[in-house]
Parts: sequence; structure tokens; C-alpha cells
Amino acid sequence: MINTKVNFCGVEFKNPIVTASGTFGFGMEYDQFVPLEEYGGFSAKGLTRAPREGNKPPRIAETPSGILNSVGLQNPGVEYFAESIMPIISEFDTNIIANISGNTVEEYCEMAEILSDTAVAIVELNVSCPNVKHGGLAFGTDPKVVNDLTREVKKRCKKPLVVKLSPNVTSVSEIAKAAADGGADGLSLINTLLGMKIDINTRRPVLMNNTGGLSGPAVKPVAVRMIHEVYSAVDIPIIGMGGVMSGDDVIEFMLAGASLVALGTGLFVKPDLILTVKRGIEEYMNRYGIENITDLIGAAVMN
Amino acid sequence: MKHTELCKLISKSEPIPGIFDFTIESESIAKEAQCGQFLHINCGENSFLRRPISICDTYDGKLRFIFEVKGAGTRELSKKQTGDMIDVMGPLGHGFEIKEDVKKPVVIGGGIGVFPLYKLAKELGGRADVFLGFRSRDRVVMESEFESVSNMVITGTDDGSYGYSGYIASAMEQYLNFHDCGMIYSCGPMPMLKAVKKIAEERGIPCQISLEQRMGCGIGACLVCACETVNGGADKYAKVCTNGPVFYSEEVTLND
Repeated sequence: MINTKVNFCGVEFKNPIVTASGTFGFGMEYDQFVPLEEYGGFSAKGLTRAPREGNKPPRIAETPSGILNSVGLQNPGVEYFAESIMPIISEFDTNIIANISGNTVEEYCEMAEILSDTAVAIVELNVSCPNVKHGGLAFGTDPKVVNDLTREVKKRCKKPLVVKLSPNVTSVSEIAKAAADGGADGLSLINTLLGMKIDINTRRPVLMNNTGGLSGPAVKPVAVRMIHEVYSAVDIPIIGMGGVMSGDDVIEFMLAGASLVALGTGLFVKPDLILTVKRGIEEYMNRYGIENITDLIGAAVMN
Repeated sequence: MKHTELCKLISKSEPIPGIFDFTIESESIAKEAQCGQFLHINCGENSFLRRPISICDTYDGKLRFIFEVKGAGTRELSKKQTGDMIDVMGPLGHGFEIKEDVKKPVVIGGGIGVFPLYKLAKELGGRADVFLGFRSRDRVVMESEFESVSNMVITGTDDGSYGYSGYIASAMEQYLNFHDCGMIYSCGPMPMLKAVKKIAEERGIPCQISLEQRMGCGIGACLVCACETVNGGADKYAKVCTNGPVFYSEEVTLND
């Protein structure tokens, strides 16, 4: 009998599969394909203090083994989420991770306070959105700013706090340490890699925003390397993500050091991806006689 | 539960160069499909995302869709052979609304935008006057099929090499000077849609238009297939995949 339960920051997950914010709406869209209860949890669409209209289209471009996106955090705002969306999605037997982006430290704190009074299981600080001019990326690339932000939000957040890290930095472990020192309960990585695609016929970028975030299998090796690096550098648990398409990918991320693993862009191709992922995990655990999935976390041995 | 389905390709043709006419088998999708909805199709190993392709027709557990080879995905799809299985998600999206009490419907399509209008014209029960616009004589497609399901068909070409000479929206505008119309249905290139929207709104005729946008998930979760609406804030951009692809012209701005 295999046990896929994971305790993450004091929250019980029935399995380590979650979803990446921005790829899963507020959950209801994918519930039409596979019941949300199948997931250990899911991360809802990134929220901001006030509603945001998002960027002008086109917002997506296909790339080798992946996509670039520049949605620009279109969302109805944290208050609408707390009042009108949470009552619906909290009915499902799964953990909800609320992802927040702010323009200022105070905005992050206010959002964390609002979410503290809801049934969300975890608050995820997005300090790494590459697609908005203010907020996000500016916070996520400076260790001191990440440290201060985490410390301030932690004071006012009653939920476990996870900081989502940007791969668009020189040293991801330095930012990870800054977040951990600031009191983060966990980390999630990687957010998308900043990229560009140019249409050679029009000589213009495909995305109206010119640049966008790269995701999908193209980024997977970068994600695995960064998760391993961060796992080695800090003692707080990690949600790993970046191009997961199979159960084998989930195992690889866990061996690198992830406690939970998020599906993301792969869902666009296979909306029922979780089913094959779970079968793959089960097969792997049976093949190697692994009883507890947590035994895999960080179990990769370096050469 | 919605699901993806492997559907067998049972017939394939290339009516004009670069345009492929596929029919696949799926009892469940064919039964559910409404005109104006689309399929989200996995084109093969070499293209990562699915491609949204409009449903052209459904009958006896079969689905017909017609597409133009535009890039790597559609090229890969065009190479499928009869008997091959195609991974399909659908039917998706909000299609055309057919109101039984609407008198004298007009259907206008341009280029590859004519394909989703075929099932619509059929379901309008031969009541529609149809306008079909193409670049030139060698790009005219489905004309006789539309004739068999419509009250009247006017075909035009931008270069005047066949039928009405000039933009097809101008042909419709002239027609509307002498005919009543209770609803306009349209699909085609953006300049045509802008012209149709303007003509319809000037005359106070309700108008449904089908839009196209680069798409991700196809089910409303990823927010990439945005189109600008007349609303503000978080509702400024609607989702082409679930709010559309068919909108009333007054809901959307059609701004670039």
C-alpha cells in the first residue's frame, strides 16, 4: 500500500500534486474534466489588491516545447476572490493556494490580511511576475527587498506563507535564503523565464507586450536544477514546477527536492493530466517498493 | 464530465491548395456540437499547443472541419491520413444564437471564415441570405454547398475575378439598402468584421460575430485569448474561448 500524503507547512495534502497559478483559473474550468478532489491542492489565478484588466492581446506564443505568455495578471481583485469565489471553491475537498502580487509592501500585507480570514490553506507571494511593469519582478530579484517584504507580510498573514521565486536572477539560492530568513514557511519555483519571439514576416514580437514568460517542457531542466540548488541551500519545503508532463517528471522534481509538484502549461494540452500523472507515480512507487512518497523528497544523489 | 477523445479521420480532401476538409467520427461531440463552436485539436508531436478549429458541420455522429495550413501545427495536422486517430477536445465555446422569431437573417463570411457559417446556414433552415467573400476566383470554396442550404447566395471577390467585385461587406451594405434584416451573422478577417459591425450598428440590426485569437487552454482558465470589450476593469478583456468565439457586435470593440 503506497502513501502519497505530504504534510506541507503544517497543511495535509492527500497527494503532492498541485497546480501552478495562472494555468488553472479558479479551479472550476478543470473541474469539468477531473474532479478537483483528485488534486492535493491548486493555486488560483494570481490576485492583486485592485482588479486588473491585463495586457493587450496577443498574450501567447508557441515556442519549441513550450509557450510564452504575457497575460499581465488579469483578475477581479482579492476582495472579489474572498467574497465571491472562495465560498464556491472552498466546498471542494482540496487545498487552495492563493497567489498574490502587489505594487507595494503595504498592498501585499493588506491582501495577506484579507486572505487570512478565508478558507485558503496557503498564501503564495508572487514576487516574480515578469509581465507587469510594477510589482512582481522588481521585488523578486533583490534579496534585501525579498527579505523585507517576506518579514512584513509574515507579521500580518495568519496562513502559511510561501514565496514564489523568479528564475530570472543570477543566484536563486541567495533569494531563497533571503525569503527563508524573512520567515517564509515555504518556497515555490520556478516562475516563468523571460523570453521573446519575433515574427520574421512582420519583424515584430508575437506578443503585444513584446516579452513574456516561458513555460512548458522547455524550462524543465532549469527548474530541476534550481529546485536542487534551493533545496540544498534552505531548510523550508518547496513546491516545484516547470514543464511537468508526466508522473516521471513529478518523481524527478521530488528527487531534486520538491515536497509538492505543480502541473501548469501541460494542462493546456492534457486537461486530465493529473490522472496519468497519478498513475505514473503509483507505478514508480510500486516498481521501487516505496511506501511513503515523502521518502523521495531530495533523495537524488549527486555525482 | 468533459474529456478529450481520439477520433478517427474518415475522410480528407484539399478543395483548394492549402485548405483541408476533414471529417472525423465522434458520436458524443457531434451530438453536442452547436454551430459556431470549435474543436481544440492536438496536431501532433511537433506542435505543443492544441489548435482551435471551428466546426463546419455535423451529421450522423460525424464532425466536419475545414482549416487552412498557416503554420507548423496546421501543416502537421494536414498530413494526417484517413484512418489516423486525432486527439480532439470539444465542442468548446459559445456559438451562434439562433432565434426562431428572427426574420430575414443575413450570413456574411470572408475567406476561411465561411466554414463555421455552413452549419449555421443549415440550421437557419434555408431562410438566410448569404454573402461569401474571397480574395480571388481561385480561392472560392463551398459556394454550391451554401446555395443548397440558403435562400440566396451572393459570392464576391476582392479582385473582381469572380462574382461581385469588391469587398463583400459593401455588397451586403447595398443589399441592406433595399431589404429588411433581423440579424446579421458574421465570421471572417478583422477588416471585414469591423465593416460589418459598423454597417449593422448604423442600421440598428443585431449582429453576431465570431472572433479568432491565439489560444491556450481553450476552456477559460489561462486568459490568453483575450478580446477587448466595452466593459472596464477585470472585464475589459473577454475570453474568446468561453465568452466567445461568437459575440454580439456591441459587446466587443474590435480594436487591435
